[in-house]
Amino acid sequence: MADTPFRILPKLTERNRPFWTGGANGRLVFWRCRDCGHYVHPPIPLCPVCHSKKLEPEAVSGKATLTTYSINHQPWMPGPELPYVVAIVEIIEQPSLRLTTNLVNCPHDRIRIGMPLRVTFEHHADPEGDVWLPLFEPNPEA
Amino acid sequence: MALDANQIIERRACVSGAGQSDIGRRLHRDPLELTLDACLAAIADAGLTTKDIDGLSTYPGALTTPPGFSGAGAYDVIDALRLQVGWYDSGIETSGQLGSVFKACMAVAAGLANHVVCFRSVWEGSAQGEKGRAAVMPGGDSRAAFKASGMMEWNLVFSAPSAATWIAMFAQRHFHLYGTTREQLAWIALNARKNAALNPKAIYRDPLTLDDYLAARLISTPFCLYDCDVPCDGATAVVVSRIDRAKDLRRKPLRVEAVGTAIHGRPSWDQFDDLSTMAARDAARQLWSRTDLKPSDVKLIEFYDGFSFLTMCWLEALGFCKVGESGPFIEGGKRIARDGELPLNTHGGQLSAGRLHGYGFLHEAAVQMWGEAGERQVKSVPDVAVVAAGGGNTCGCMLLVREG
Repeated sequence: MADTPFRILPKLTERNRPFWTGGANGRLVFWRCRDCGHYVHPPIPLCPVCHSKKLEPEAVSGKATLTTYSINHQPWMPGPELPYVVAIVEIIEQPSLRLTTNLVNCPHDRIRIGMPLRVTFEHHADPEGDVWLPLFEPNPEA
Repeated sequence: MALDANQIIERRACVSGAGQSDIGRRLHRDPLELTLDACLAAIADAGLTTKDIDGLSTYPGALTTPPGFSGAGAYDVIDALRLQVGWYDSGIETSGQLGSVFKACMAVAAGLANHVVCFRSVWEGSAQGEKGRAAVMPGGDSRAAFKASGMMEWNLVFSAPSAATWIAMFAQRHFHLYGTTREQLAWIALNARKNAALNPKAIYRDPLTLDDYLAARLISTPFCLYDCDVPCDGATAVVVSRIDRAKDLRRKPLRVEAVGTAIHGRPSWDQFDDLSTMAARDAARQLWSRTDLKPSDVKLIEFYDGFSFLTMCWLEALGFCKVGESGPFIEGGKRIARDGELPLNTHGGQLSAGRLHGYGFLHEAAVQMWGEAGERQVKSVPDVAVVAAGGGNTCGCMLLVREG
């Protein structure tokens, strides 16, 4: 991406690495409980539903719906070109599986809560380890 | 199972005094000085001296970041006033800024103290200086090397560092579900500004019209500049006393009839189940479960407006209107005006009177209930009031009843 904006990047840990680096292979990855199937996000050491510690990273489809959004006009800090869209999306695999993210490649007058989205990754090279931020765009195939 | 009355121990506590320091957009004064001014004013207002104060409670406690967020910690004030305390506490992980007051109520009810000074002190105006909000954003001058972790990992990385954006998303969801409009939301800001005109300590007192509001620059949709509170310098304090020790004090005791402290959804800005109300829903339900009083008994409401939409959340959560109907409820501003049926944010709220962070609402309720609000006094001195502070995952509310 030629015009990758400045971002404050996440501090990588063993626990969050699958999420922030899954995009290297084009995959949106969450920790998932092998006992009850619950996706756990943000990642913690056990499943909050069944308390199992058998969690494994697993890719989801990358499809989501738009729960809500805000078009940000305020230059809080260096970042994407203003105005940009901050969004909360719900991953289709599990009703409670939500992310704050950015909605991209969508004219602002076309934004509709509930619209189908798909993941797209923004790659950031970093000496402490590259990361791929999961952003979302309208899903024309939905 | 319903609680019996003697289990609702906050009723053994009352607000017995209230005080405030000078307040200004940027005072460039030592924040400890402002804090002590407020504490001494509240203690004197109660008719007490520092010798009588045997407890202390504050939100959030001593912190160095974000700059200006905390003007003094518990130890700073205990030491400066040479207090001898039976109980003290500070902390940020509690049910809103007023969580510190609720803990004081529990402490006096438990007999750990008789008179607890509670305070909240900010100097965000001076800390930000002329560079404004950008001066206090995470990372500062070494931002390129700064890495996000903890709660901020999940929003900072997506260039959403401000609660303005997080709460704007709740408002947008409410707009979507219920048809709420900016023309309705505006009345939180317009009502606050109208009341601030009569408050000599308010930051912004010039008239504000609906046209001004709609023409203002956007911050994060649907919020414009006037939906966001104004950082300031100042401190606010109250004294919480055990009710049997407050009978002969200077002020009529404002008994704490009930508090609400609950959070049942995930304690997170984006993972909470109901994004259009968040923890206010749970705290409010708990408050009404602890009293026989009803919203219709309430004469005055002072509801947090760090962002305008949060006041609407509280109106709905506390049952002053139905869920989804706060837009029509406030539209036109008549009902919530100082001379309306349900006066709201009579000092100007944080939107116009300054971001004193929760405690300003409690101070204003107390002053109104004692009939000491000067030009902005509501006509019939209120004897029952609800104060609510916080938003998102950090919310608390309290019901006050004037005794005697």
